[in-house]
Amino acid sequence: MASAVHSIPSIDEQFVFTAAAKKKLFILAAVGIVLILLGVYLMASGGHGHDVAHAADGHGAHGGDDHGHGYHWIKRVWANLWLNGIFFTGISVAGMFWLSYNYLAQAGWSAVFKRIPEAMPAFLPVTGVVMLLTFLFGGHDLFHWTHSSLYDPNSPDFDPIINGKKGYLNTPFFLIRLVVYFAGWYGLWRMLRNASLDEDLVGGLDNYHKQVKFGVIFLVFFAVTSSTSAWDFIMSIDTHWFSTMFGWYTLANWHVTGLATIVLIVVTLKENGYLKALNASHLHDLGKFVFAFTIFWTYVWFAQFLLYYYANIPEEVVYFWERFNGYGGAYKTLFFVNIIVNFVFPFLLLMTRDSKRTPVILKLACWFVIIGHYIDFFNNIMPGTVGAHGTIGPFEVGCFALFASAFIWTVASQLEKAKLIAPHHPMLQESLYHDIE
Amino acid sequence: MAALSGKFLVGVYDDDDVLLHAIPKIRKEGVKIKEVYTPFPIHGLDHALGHPRTKIGIAAFLFGLTGCSAVLTLMIWTMGIDWPMIVGGKDPISIPNYIPIAFEGTVLFTAFGMVITFLITNGLKPDPYPQLFDRRATDNKFVMAIDLHSNRLSEDEIARVLRDNGAEEVNLKQF
Repeated sequence: MASAVHSIPSIDEQFVFTAAAKKKLFILAAVGIVLILLGVYLMASGGHGHDVAHAADGHGAHGGDDHGHGYHWIKRVWANLWLNGIFFTGISVAGMFWLSYNYLAQAGWSAVFKRIPEAMPAFLPVTGVVMLLTFLFGGHDLFHWTHSSLYDPNSPDFDPIINGKKGYLNTPFFLIRLVVYFAGWYGLWRMLRNASLDEDLVGGLDNYHKQVKFGVIFLVFFAVTSSTSAWDFIMSIDTHWFSTMFGWYTLANWHVTGLATIVLIVVTLKENGYLKALNASHLHDLGKFVFAFTIFWTYVWFAQFLLYYYANIPEEVVYFWERFNGYGGAYKTLFFVNIIVNFVFPFLLLMTRDSKRTPVILKLACWFVIIGHYIDFFNNIMPGTVGAHGTIGPFEVGCFALFASAFIWTVASQLEKAKLIAPHHPMLQESLYHDIE
Repeated sequence: MAALSGKFLVGVYDDDDVLLHAIPKIRKEGVKIKEVYTPFPIHGLDHALGHPRTKIGIAAFLFGLTGCSAVLTLMIWTMGIDWPMIVGGKDPISIPNYIPIAFEGTVLFTAFGMVITFLITNGLKPDPYPQLFDRRATDNKFVMAIDLHSNRLSEDEIARVLRDNGAEEVNLKQF
């Protein structure tokens, strides 16, 4: 397709959230609920019911005994809600992150499909409420540091290390931060979205400049909150342990999962006859994004791992030991699956030019990335919360399916609210003629 | 690209857009274009000329594979087999320790390999007598070179086709 003879299809497209699609999502959600009920039944009747001290003494001196409380299956419910909350928060906020740096860089090529990342942050209130409620009702089950006896010098549980983190890790401040993160991310997206919708009606450059402004404010806000939220949501589960790379690592995790989701939505829309103006060069560049950021994730993951592995200081390396040998090796398989699915598969799949232009391969790689990063978050969260009981069973799959159907529902209804290709984006022409050969 | 020799017709264009639109028409008339030289990259030019896509990506992959395995072999042999050494309490052969250097080796071999491949395949070497079809291709003109030996059409016929399709000048160049 030589650029000299480009013919541009119409950009006037309206996405329709069809009844058939809604039905499919209902079925997905119903399957999720059935699996959740099955999982709860299995957990409640499956012998693990109330075996106090099983997690504590059974499998090694690390991790399990940190918690000192018995295992009840409700812990696994909270842990799953928290895990899916973090996972889908990451995907949603990555949509806003993508928009923001595209506006900051004055990127033109992505204008044709900017409505897709723009629709994703609409799911933030849902995950925000889920995470808030999970923390309020299940916080003691998930977070060791929420127990007041740790801070009482007269108590046998007194923990001087955790006591030293009291200024930051305390329940009121944690709740404030949780609310501020979600309010900030969602609020800035809302303002950007309003400007974007207004742009559709009036055109001109005012709304474009507004979007750049909100994007820049978001990036500054997110630069700090992406790190602090990673410490709060995930790292504080293993309260004694800390990694200076954790913020970056979680950002890489969130970002690449969000990118894979954007690509999946774009390809799916394209296959259903939408986004006619989106050409192979756009797909190629999107593929490059996923390819590059899977490598970035691997780089950060490995950099973090190597430092602890090489130094081999007991109180630091315990984090990886727990995931490698802890709990009778419950997480060892996932530890390796994590690297293979998140790095080796997408790396080899997306390496060539042709594969990035082939929707089937692109989709396959994106599914690997999404499932792989679910496993990564699983391995981050489960050892410190449910210990030996962290397996991927019907309950985990059901929870994921329910969250996924709610996410797709939200995104689809957002896409329906506006033209699928923003007609007055000032860079739209550049995007329509995007040609990287 | 080895050194050029033989007779060439050189069409000189003033406008990149005229040139880009002329190429399919000229090719349609049965003229084989050897190469087009421009002062700046033009989108879609490779495609219009029908050039096959570069294989440098495959070369890069092979160079990377070579670099990665060469460096890993070096480390495993020296640190683990020939004179086993324990560093930092790790096994003599501990792959995680070797990853950063294997990564650097991959990048180094790929970068040098690609540059050298590019220079060789394009015949770019220190040369006191560069072969230019028209010096103005480095400044403000777009130059189309046609090898007369590989064309069936006569010199006059080709010159007419070029002039019909917007060439400002048609010159004969012999190396």
